[in-house]
Amino acid sequence: MSELTLPHAEERPTGTRLEARSTPAARKKVSRGLLSSLPVLVVLLLGFLAPLATVAAYAFATPRTFDVFRSFTLINFETIFDPANTVWMSFAWSLGFAAATVVVLAIVAYPIAWGLARVFGRWAGFVSVLFVFPLFVSENVRLYGWTLFFIKNGVLDGTLKLLGGAGPEVLYTPGITLFGMVYVYLPFMLFPMVLGLAMVPKELVEAARDLGASRLMIWREVELPLAMPGIMIGMLLTFVLAVGAVAESKILGGQSVIVATHDIEIAFTYAQNWPLGSALALILTIIVGALSLIALTKLDLDRILGRR
Amino acid sequence: MTAAALAQNPPKPILQLVGVRKTFGDFAAVERIDLDIRDGEFLTIVGPSGSGKTTLLRMLAGMEAPSDGEISLKGIRINDMPPSQRPTCLVFQSLALFPHKTVGENIEFPLKVKGVAPAARKQRALELLRLVRLPETHYGKNVMKCSGGERQRVALARALAYDPEVLFFDEPLSALDYKLRKVMEKELKDLHRESGKTFIYITHSLEEAMVMSDRIGVMQSGRLVQVGTPEEIYTRPSTKFVSEFMGEVNVFDAAHENGVWRIDGVEGPANLALPTAMTSAQKAAVVVRPEFMRFVDAPGGADNCLKGVVFNQYSLGSRIQYQVRVAEKTFLLELSRANARKAEGDEALIGWDARDAIVVEA
Repeated sequence: MSELTLPHAEERPTGTRLEARSTPAARKKVSRGLLSSLPVLVVLLLGFLAPLATVAAYAFATPRTFDVFRSFTLINFETIFDPANTVWMSFAWSLGFAAATVVVLAIVAYPIAWGLARVFGRWAGFVSVLFVFPLFVSENVRLYGWTLFFIKNGVLDGTLKLLGGAGPEVLYTPGITLFGMVYVYLPFMLFPMVLGLAMVPKELVEAARDLGASRLMIWREVELPLAMPGIMIGMLLTFVLAVGAVAESKILGGQSVIVATHDIEIAFTYAQNWPLGSALALILTIIVGALSLIALTKLDLDRILGRR
Repeated sequence: MTAAALAQNPPKPILQLVGVRKTFGDFAAVERIDLDIRDGEFLTIVGPSGSGKTTLLRMLAGMEAPSDGEISLKGIRINDMPPSQRPTCLVFQSLALFPHKTVGENIEFPLKVKGVAPAARKQRALELLRLVRLPETHYGKNVMKCSGGERQRVALARALAYDPEVLFFDEPLSALDYKLRKVMEKELKDLHRESGKTFIYITHSLEEAMVMSDRIGVMQSGRLVQVGTPEEIYTRPSTKFVSEFMGEVNVFDAAHENGVWRIDGVEGPANLALPTAMTSAQKAAVVVRPEFMRFVDAPGGADNCLKGVVFNQYSLGSRIQYQVRVAEKTFLLELSRANARKAEGDEALIGWDARDAIVVEA
């Protein structure tokens, strides 16, 4: 989703005499602009575009070989789209988990974001740190922590047993996978949302109230539409991250369901079928890319950046 | 209603403030204000920034609660009534237009809140567009694409759509350039007359207040120091602060010694002539407008004469302003071009008549 912005070439004047005079200057400007963007260009080409191109090329290579750039076949895609193949289920789980994560996060994060933007005042910084802090610990470690919390005779179950009860058997289910995703991606929804809400001028809310609007009306007519860019960015970010998530379903979900990224990982590692893995990765990239593009066209980036 | 008619038969107050105070911690932003705001008048509160005028307005609009005192609307106490329930509307300094809505949607907002049907809403919005002198084609225009003056008009139309009894204005014209501001001032006055509603306007510009208002209230450090018609404020400022706020004036302290008045820090006139004989006071501040000062040919050419040196002159267009130094003090004179017969560096005898001086609280 990175965007490549090249410096605009100077518009050339049409008159021949003028052109003759200004061309060297214009050329100098272009070359200087190119020069200064060169490091970024190189990093983007080598670090972003090249691996993507390689994956794309692998997708059309002979299965179970490393004949990339030397063979061209659609057999990997035929395998995937074969009605007997159930790999579509892992795609469905991935997209389903991601969609559910986004919806749950939007509902959970909104009140917190509202508090951070409007209510907590000078405590907002402290509360933000509390939400950022878990990011300093590896995701896998945190997920194993939750496993210990929910496992039989673990923190929850053990404590409840001492009190004569029993913990719920939630571990290794799709539900706990969703819980893990919501937990892991909360900050990525929260902070864009805070930004979105903070961009709603307080005076507009005051003006709406002054004109007789109820709280619900203010929320629907003023606050939500104006905070929407931030909310959309949070949704996009968490969706993309959640589609690519694998640790939650493996650690918390105990592989009760296999997600698309898990299938891709299996193809690349255990099955040693790089072309198939690449084909799966390419399909997932296209789906996520298309969905993101649709969302981005609905986003007014100018307003987010305060240019309007 | 003319000012004279208003004085004869003052309408009963629509808003009444009794001992209204507002404190933020130890700081009193507004100090015990008593004020009756008449139904249908155009009242302007003027004061420098930090004088508490915005806080006062926000209390009237319901966005701040007074710490003390009582605000009543038509005899009903409204101290704690939320702004959404008050029949009042504030036009913000920033205008607070909804950037994601069109001109039409902005104007229709208060009607939508009231549950008016879309067709009736649109009809009213178009009426209001005409009233604020905007073309009907602006109905569907993006409000952020409107010019400064157009936005002013949209904000006005939106406030009028709410159909409030009192409209508050928090310096909405301050962002406009001079020429457009002059136009909007007059339009606002016309709109006030046409709508018959009570307008309460705050500004730091006395010039703006003079043009539009029926009455002006001058605020200084949280207090209302004088309330009166523009004429009263101009001709009879009650304090040195008010007189200085009116624009460039000559203000000097005078002391009463041995039966005669003398200007502090200036030799002569030996006996300062004041508009009224004041024998009991020890000290006074005297205000003389620059246009009442003139060059005189010989001592005795005016009630009070002072000898000084011209050290600056400025063109004000049709008039010339002189700065004349007398001892350590600077006096301002404003003369028509015909009477401007001195040059920088010239010695000059300046004078004014006693009846043109105003004695205010020191």
